[in-house]
Amino acid sequence: MNEVVNVLARTVAEAAALVPQPLPVPYGMLAELTHRCPLMCPYCSNPVELDRRNAELDTQTWLRVFEEAARLGVLQVHLSGGEPTARRDLEEMIRHCVKVGLYTNLITAGVGVTPERLQAISEAGIDHVQLSFQGATAEVTDHVSNFKGAHERKLAVAGEVRRLGIPLTVNSVVHRANIHQIPDFIELALKLGARRIEIAHAQYYGWALRNRGALMPTRDQVFLALDVVEAARERLKGVLTIDAVVPDYYAKYPKPCMNGWGRQSLNVTPSGKVLPCHAAETIPDLDFWNVREHSLAEIWQASPAFNAFRGTDWMPELCQSCERKEKDWGGCRCQAMAIAGDAAATDPACHKSPLHAHLLALAEADAAAGVVDYDYRRFSTPDRAQ
Amino acid sequence: MTAETASTRLPATGVPRLARGVRLRHDEARGQWVLLAPERVLQPDPVAVEILKRVDGERSIDAIIDDLIAAFSVERGRVAADVDAFLAGLAEKGMVEVGP
Repeated sequence: MNEVVNVLARTVAEAAALVPQPLPVPYGMLAELTHRCPLMCPYCSNPVELDRRNAELDTQTWLRVFEEAARLGVLQVHLSGGEPTARRDLEEMIRHCVKVGLYTNLITAGVGVTPERLQAISEAGIDHVQLSFQGATAEVTDHVSNFKGAHERKLAVAGEVRRLGIPLTVNSVVHRANIHQIPDFIELALKLGARRIEIAHAQYYGWALRNRGALMPTRDQVFLALDVVEAARERLKGVLTIDAVVPDYYAKYPKPCMNGWGRQSLNVTPSGKVLPCHAAETIPDLDFWNVREHSLAEIWQASPAFNAFRGTDWMPELCQSCERKEKDWGGCRCQAMAIAGDAAATDPACHKSPLHAHLLALAEADAAAGVVDYDYRRFSTPDRAQ
Repeated sequence: MTAETASTRLPATGVPRLARGVRLRHDEARGQWVLLAPERVLQPDPVAVEILKRVDGERSIDAIIDDLIAAFSVERGRVAADVDAFLAGLAEKGMVEVGP
């Protein structure tokens, strides 16, 4: 059945593709420069099958990709990973991004980044640094990232970023082991001189799906967390911008994932595959094109993966007839895949989905079971390049 | 823009500049001006664009106002209030810094 629905969705999408329609222009590009990372966070957004160093794109290819992104209309590029500073050519890439007019954002774990390196990154012209904290205290950060001393190093990096005058965002991913620390994360951000904090509830794909039993908070914890964030947002208006990524297992409406598939952003993996979102590889049979073989514009416009769920034509009747269809964009395709076994189904986070009660039951069972051990993120066998 | 015309909030001799991490650029793909900030893409209206183009870290607020009056032959009181309200708003958000 699922297969039939999938085939039907594709056929509809392909038929729609024959009619010339104005294509959206992407605003942002996530460049995952490498999957190498010293941390082992159990909710990592990288795929379970990580790209090895010898599969990574070379410098020249990345420089071309940044140029093509700028021409395509991308305004902001997010240099991420893995840990992007693991690439020795990071500064060269930053310089090039700045040269072609891209607003350049570094997303780092801040472990193993020396003051000298930060100075070079600053001089290369970085516009903004996002620094992850796995906990608001050393105990939690070091445990979640499975790296002793990580927290101390991050504090030092934050200080150095501010000393250099670069705007700083604190990135925190919250789940059962640190959801009670949200007020402390906010205090930490203020103390470090950040103007912005991201409080992102873990999203359950890939590694996080694998670790859902150890990560899922209770319903009460989630609702309390939402209230805490709302109150802080009001109190800190003009001082600290708080951006939240909402938890959706307990939600009524699905998140408008990526603000629509293939609509505003794209993601390039370390080996050059271009994805509509970082979890898209969890959907089997999607045909992702690679920057080694195609220009970014060709991929954005014509690759089967980008057109599979673009717009609203692919939607099932439940979404088609919904007044929120261009607000929620059908929710998340990867979640539909993970829970419904069908990437073209309504996101089970939506209360209209026949699987909504099932999703809630999964969350409640995971929250109650109280698994404590993480299956930490790692390469499937030790990577020689590490 | 806002109706806060009674008093100005920024010193007229102050020199505004965009904070680090804030950039104004023309977006060729969409044919518009954009103000880029951490995780934000703002679309300034035409008046805001004219003000922002003159925020270069060299001109004082007074000089920006003079410049706008010369370019668009508009009345001083109104322009001064608009420029002050707009830049004060950005300064509050940390997007503009006003130096001596």
